[in-house]
Amino acid sequence: MPEGTLCNKKPVDTAEGITTLLADKSGKIYYEEMKHLEIDSDLLWKTIQNTCKTRIRTWLEICAHCGMCADSCFLYLANDRDPKQVPAYKIQSTLGEIIRKKGKVDNAFMLHAMEVAWAQCTCCNRCGTYCPHGIDTGIMFGYLRGLCYQQGFVPWEMKIGAGMHRVYNAQMDITSEDYIDTFEWMIEENEEEYPGLKVPVDVEDADIMYTVNAREAKHYPEDLAEAAILFHIAGENWTIPSKGWELTSLAMFAGDWAACKMQVESVYDAMDRLRPKRMIGTECGHAHRATVVEGPYWAGRKSGRPPVESIHYIEWLAEALRTGKLKIDPAKRIKEPVTLQDSCNYVRNHGLRETAREIISYIVEPGYFIEMSPNKEHNFCCGGGGGFNGIGCFRKQRNVGLKVKRDQIIATGAKLVISPCHNCWDAIRDLEEEFEIGIRWSFLKPLIIKMLIIPEHLLPEEEAEEEDE
Amino acid sequence: MYTLLTGPAFYIALGVCIIGMIVRFYQYFNGLSWQLDRVAYKEYPAMGFKGAVRSIYKWLIPYGTYGWRAQPVMAAAFFGFHVGAILLPLFLIGHNVFLKEKLGFSLFFNLSTPVADWLTWIAVISLLFLLLRRLVLPEVRIMTDRKDWGILLISIAPFITGMLARYQVGDYSFWLTAHILTGEIVLLAIPFTKLSHVFLFFASRAQLGMDFGIKRGGLKGSKMAW
Ligand code: SF4
Ligand code: SF4
Repeated sequence: MPEGTLCNKKPVDTAEGITTLLADKSGKIYYEEMKHLEIDSDLLWKTIQNTCKTRIRTWLEICAHCGMCADSCFLYLANDRDPKQVPAYKIQSTLGEIIRKKGKVDNAFMLHAMEVAWAQCTCCNRCGTYCPHGIDTGIMFGYLRGLCYQQGFVPWEMKIGAGMHRVYNAQMDITSEDYIDTFEWMIEENEEEYPGLKVPVDVEDADIMYTVNAREAKHYPEDLAEAAILFHIAGENWTIPSKGWELTSLAMFAGDWAACKMQVESVYDAMDRLRPKRMIGTECGHAHRATVVEGPYWAGRKSGRPPVESIHYIEWLAEALRTGKLKIDPAKRIKEPVTLQDSCNYVRNHGLRETAREIISYIVEPGYFIEMSPNKEHNFCCGGGGGFNGIGCFRKQRNVGLKVKRDQIIATGAKLVISPCHNCWDAIRDLEEEFEIGIRWSFLKPLIIKMLIIPEHLLPEEEAEEEDE
Repeated sequence: MYTLLTGPAFYIALGVCIIGMIVRFYQYFNGLSWQLDRVAYKEYPAMGFKGAVRSIYKWLIPYGTYGWRAQPVMAAAFFGFHVGAILLPLFLIGHNVFLKEKLGFSLFFNLSTPVADWLTWIAVISLLFLLLRRLVLPEVRIMTDRKDWGILLISIAPFITGMLARYQVGDYSFWLTAHILTGEIVLLAIPFTKLSHVFLFFASRAQLGMDFGIKRGGLKGSKMAW
C-alpha cells in the first residue's frame, strides 16, 4: 500500500480531512499506514536539487566532524551524552545521507529520519552558535522537516496542525466568529472591574494591531482579557483583525512551507487592510519567529520584514513601562526568588536578550531576580520547542529532554519562572508535572496586572470614590 | 623526480589550488539565495557586512567565543595546529627562497629558525592530540569516517617529512622530495576535499554572520555574542 488513506503525501486542506484525521485517536492507523508509505525518490531528489543550495551543501561538506557542537545541544546532555545525539551526527546521518544517496532511501530510513527531525532536534539553533564553521544544524533540521513532510513522514499532530492553518488560518479549528465571540465574552467578564474595557475589532489606522495564539482563544481566554486590560490601562489605540489574527504557525514546525506562506499572508493581509502603525503579537516565541522573522521570506517579501513594524509583546511591555504608560506599584513587586526563561525563538534568534530583563527591573524587587545559567542567547531550549511538546508518540523523548531545563531552574533556587512564551510555558508546566520540583510558572501579563497602579479615571466608580476619601 | 616536482607539478598544484578556490568561492556566494536561506542579504549590505566580519574575527581569536571557551583544551590544540599550518607554509625561509626562485617574489617576512621549529613541534603535537581525540571521545568517534582519517594523514604528512628533512634524519634529499610531494598533494586536495574549509570557513562564517546581522537580531540592534 503506497499511499495510506490517512497517512500520505497530500496535505490536509479540508475541514472533513481534519476531522477524519482527528478521529484516528493518537494517529494509530496513521502511523500504521506510515510503515508502508512509499518514497517518491525522484520528487525528493528534484526538490533537493532545486532548494538545497550552497549554504546547506557547504555546511554538510566542511563539517569537520569535530564534535564541538556536542555539548551545546541540550538533547545530547539530557540523554547522558549519547553520541547519537551530537548535532552533526544527527544531521549527517539523516539529511546528509539522503543527499549522498540522491534521494534513494527506503521507508525504514524515512521513519528514522522523521524521529530524528522531530524528536532529536527542536530547531533551537544553539549548536549553530558553538560550531567554529558556523554550521547551523537547527536550520538544516528545519529543511529536513520540509522534505519529510513532502514525503508524508510527519508526526500526526503536525500534519493536523498544518492542515488547521490551511483550513482555518489558525492552528486550531477556531473561526473568526468563535474568536471574536470569545474575546467579547472575556471583555464582558471583566467590564465591571475595568469600566470602558472593550475590544476594538477591525478598526482601521489604529496604533496597534494585536495578534494572538489560537490556544488563548481555545484554552486560555483569560489571556485575551489580560491583553485587553493592559492596552486599556496603557491608553493604547488598538484593534484586533477579524481575519488574520493568528500569530502562530504549526505549519513551520511541520515543514509545510506552502501552509506557512498562506498563514503569514493572512496576517499580512490584515495589516494591509487595517493599516495599523504596528503589529504586536502575544507572548509566544515560535509565533513571533514565524510571523515576524521567517514569515516575510515565505511571503516573498524582499525586505525580509512584514508590511508594518511588528514587535513582540515583551517589547511593547518594556516600552509601556519605560514611558510610564503602565505604572507598577513598588509595594506589589515580586519579592521571592524568581528566574526567567529566555525563548530561543526571539532571544537567540531575534536578538531580544535585554528586553525581558528591562521588564524585570520594574516588576521584581531588586535582589530577587536570579539568572539561569547559561542565559540570554546562550540559554538552553525549554525542552519542548519546535513542536516537541505536542507530539504524542515522542512524549517519552520530550520528557527526557526536559531534564536540562529542570536542572537549570533548580540551580537558580527560584520558585517562580517567568516564561513569556507559550512553548516554554507548556514545557515548564509539564516539567513540574513530571518531576515535581515545586515551582510555579507564569506569563508576564497576569503578573503585571496584579501590580499595576490603575489611573483613577479607569477605576470602577466605588473604588475611585474610596480612593478619594 | 625532484625537477618534476619543483617544476611543472608545482605550478599545476598551485594553479589548481588557487583557481579552484576562486571558483568555489564564487559558486558559494552565487548559490546564496535570499528566499531559500531566508536572509535579505542585498537589502541590508552594511548590517550584513558587519555581521559577517564579526562572525569571522571573533572565531579567529583564541578563546574569543563561547564556543572556544567551552572547550579550552580543544581550542588550544586547534590553534596550536592552525597557527603553524598557516604560518609555516607561507613564511618559512626555505619556502620563500623557493617561491622567489619559481615565481619571482616571496612573501612579506621570514620566520626565524627557532620560531619555525617551535611552530612545527606545536603543530605536530596538536595534530596528534586532535588525532587522539578522534579515537578516544565517543562524540567525535561516532562521526569519524575514512575521509576524516585521510584528511588528517594528508595534513600531517608535509609536517613529518619537513621535520625529517630539517633534522636530516637519514637521506635528506629523499625527505625533501617527499616533503614537496606531500605539500603539493595538500595544494591539490584543498579545492576538492574537506580541506576546502581553509577558505570556505570564511564563506560559511560570513553567511551565518549575515544571517544574525540582518535577520536574527542585527536589525534589532543586538549583536550576536558569539
Ligand atoms: S557541526 Fe561544526 S562543531 Fe559540529 S562537528 Fe561539524 S564542524 Fe564540528
Ligand atoms: S538546534 Fe538545538 S536541539 Fe537541534 S541539534 Fe542544535 S542544539 Fe540540538
